[in-house]
Amino acid sequence: MKNNNFKGQVIPINRDNVDTDLIIPKQYLKSIKKSGFGPFLFDSLRYTSTATLDSTKIREEDKSFILNRNPFRNGNILVSKSNFGCGSSREHAVWAIQNFGINTVIAESFADIFSRNSYTNGLLLICLSNENISTIINNALSSDSYKIEIKLESNSIILPNGDDIIFDIDESYKDRILNSLDDIELTLRYKNEINSYENKMKSMKPWLFGNE
Amino acid sequence: MKNTLYDKIWEDHCIRKNDDNSSLIYIDRHLIHEVTSPQAFDGLDIKKRKIWNKNSILATTDHNVPTINRDKGITDPVSKVQIETLRDNCNKHSIELYDLGNIKQGIVHVIGPELGLTQPGMTLVCGDSHTSTHGALASLAFGIGTSDVEHVLATQCLNLTKEKNFNIIVKNKLKPFITSKDLILYIIGKIGTSGGTGFTIEYTGDGISCLSIESRMTICNMTIEAGAKSGLMSFDEKTHNYLKDREFLPNVKYYDQALKYWETLVSDKDAIFDRTEIFNAEDIEPQVSWGTSPEMVTSVDGAIPSSDKVSNKEEYENTLQYMGLQSGTDIKSISLDKIFIGSCTNSRIEDLREAAEVVKGEKVANNIKQAIVVPGSGLVKAQAESEGLDKIFTKAGFEWRDPGCSMCLGMNDDFLQPYERCASTSNRNFQGRQGDKGRTHLVSPSMAALAGIKGHFYNVREFMNEK
Repeated sequence: MKNNNFKGQVIPINRDNVDTDLIIPKQYLKSIKKSGFGPFLFDSLRYTSTATLDSTKIREEDKSFILNRNPFRNGNILVSKSNFGCGSSREHAVWAIQNFGINTVIAESFADIFSRNSYTNGLLLICLSNENISTIINNALSSDSYKIEIKLESNSIILPNGDDIIFDIDESYKDRILNSLDDIELTLRYKNEINSYENKMKSMKPWLFGNE
Repeated sequence: MKNTLYDKIWEDHCIRKNDDNSSLIYIDRHLIHEVTSPQAFDGLDIKKRKIWNKNSILATTDHNVPTINRDKGITDPVSKVQIETLRDNCNKHSIELYDLGNIKQGIVHVIGPELGLTQPGMTLVCGDSHTSTHGALASLAFGIGTSDVEHVLATQCLNLTKEKNFNIIVKNKLKPFITSKDLILYIIGKIGTSGGTGFTIEYTGDGISCLSIESRMTICNMTIEAGAKSGLMSFDEKTHNYLKDREFLPNVKYYDQALKYWETLVSDKDAIFDRTEIFNAEDIEPQVSWGTSPEMVTSVDGAIPSSDKVSNKEEYENTLQYMGLQSGTDIKSISLDKIFIGSCTNSRIEDLREAAEVVKGEKVANNIKQAIVVPGSGLVKAQAESEGLDKIFTKAGFEWRDPGCSMCLGMNDDFLQPYERCASTSNRNFQGRQGDKGRTHLVSPSMAALAGIKGHFYNVREFMNEK
């Protein structure tokens, strides 16, 4: 499933160091699936009580949290500050964001493992300056609707007032966002090279291969 | 030669350079556990792919297992499915699994080194961010997501972009009763939780070489809290002594050859680092985190910093509100509800010895609702029991548990109730980490033990000098 429509309502999460425990708390990591995490995104901020994967009770939403308010509830572009996605390597954080319907996260900076997991899942991450982030967050918080458009072909973001912001993005990353790729298949094209490396190592470092 | 240790291990594992900036890197060792592997095996099954080298993999159950009443089995049905899924997957693909009931079961980052599965010069991955721990044995180790777990299962490789080199030099020795946990918390307090983002950090200097391997592991473990995926330390005589006689070490036939290679695993004298920071170990007092990010840390003799010292006032206010603390409060006046000694950061035998030294002959304070000690593995547990440490803990009022991740992340039944305050030897004080609305203070094992005895924080140096 690919969504290349990078246009939509901004969801401002106005804080630094949004960690992956906050994005998806531990009790939901007991799932053995990649789907179904959307209802638990930012769970501790979103609801007044906790839940478990198998609980069916309807929970009360915390109306002060941004995801429970219009128009943010239906947003698809999350905007936050520095070091987004720090902490645990749980890929469930990326799945939860995508399951909710968000296809882009814009922040001042991202943690390394979160960036990697976003890359493998085709979640678009864009880094902007502190100044640009503050503009988007403040405008989104004070407007009834704040929709922006990301144009990957020109590396630009078009704001509602027509202004544009240019961003840097790795070309191979862009390529993978636009074209669904099977990483494993791509790597297995080099099967012979992996085999010959392994054979070389079996003579150079024989102890690594099970003391055979 | 101007290569860092990281440069050397990277080059040794580089199969090819790709057209983009990445390289195809061979992975020697893959550790897996129940939480981040099921979707990876599922992915293999869907595409009918085979495992490249099952002998490179070891599985254990740790994140989601009970640490008490194991004979009753796993009562939570959701947890049970996850653990049984790992059993099924290991069974189906003939992967070695150290499961509940096996003395070798334990926290993945404790059992890797203790069994000799982690070896110098290896590339080692696991679907867990604290994989950085294994860098203390001069192994390039880092946490990966589930898609990459699947990728390594199927190809024994990852396409990676090389990080930059960061040298953290620690000069001089830590003062008595100050531990490597205090050192790494102090460093994170200085460079921040994104200070290491985009880097591999190598720790060097006499302040590191004088430390035991287990102490070094605590530092590499929390390197991820400084933003870097991998922490590294060079191979030396201590590494060699630590490794001797571990179960999975190279057999006699290859041992000398392996040792010769291991001895090359140091950064060249004139190696070039992209960034260098120097710290003086003598400056460091026992550390206590006061906020909801590991960089929010101060000395036990200090106080909650005032708002004029922070850049983001709103976040600072939110943090203090969450933690139930006020600006200017003395750290030593903070009283605790629970004590947790354990986790991949601090559950090894030396950690338990340090804590037991404080606890010996004392009693847990009345205001402490629960104090638990969770050894990192079955082997650590057995060793501790053979030294009588379990008796020291239980006599004082601590609970002595079975190995697992436990209250570090509270996936099992060990977690904080809302607003409970915990002195914890774990690695993350994030909101809700140890339980919804729970309040975490990160400390060393001896500081956690002492907080249990006093009921509030206290300087372990003063206490031990008085004792």
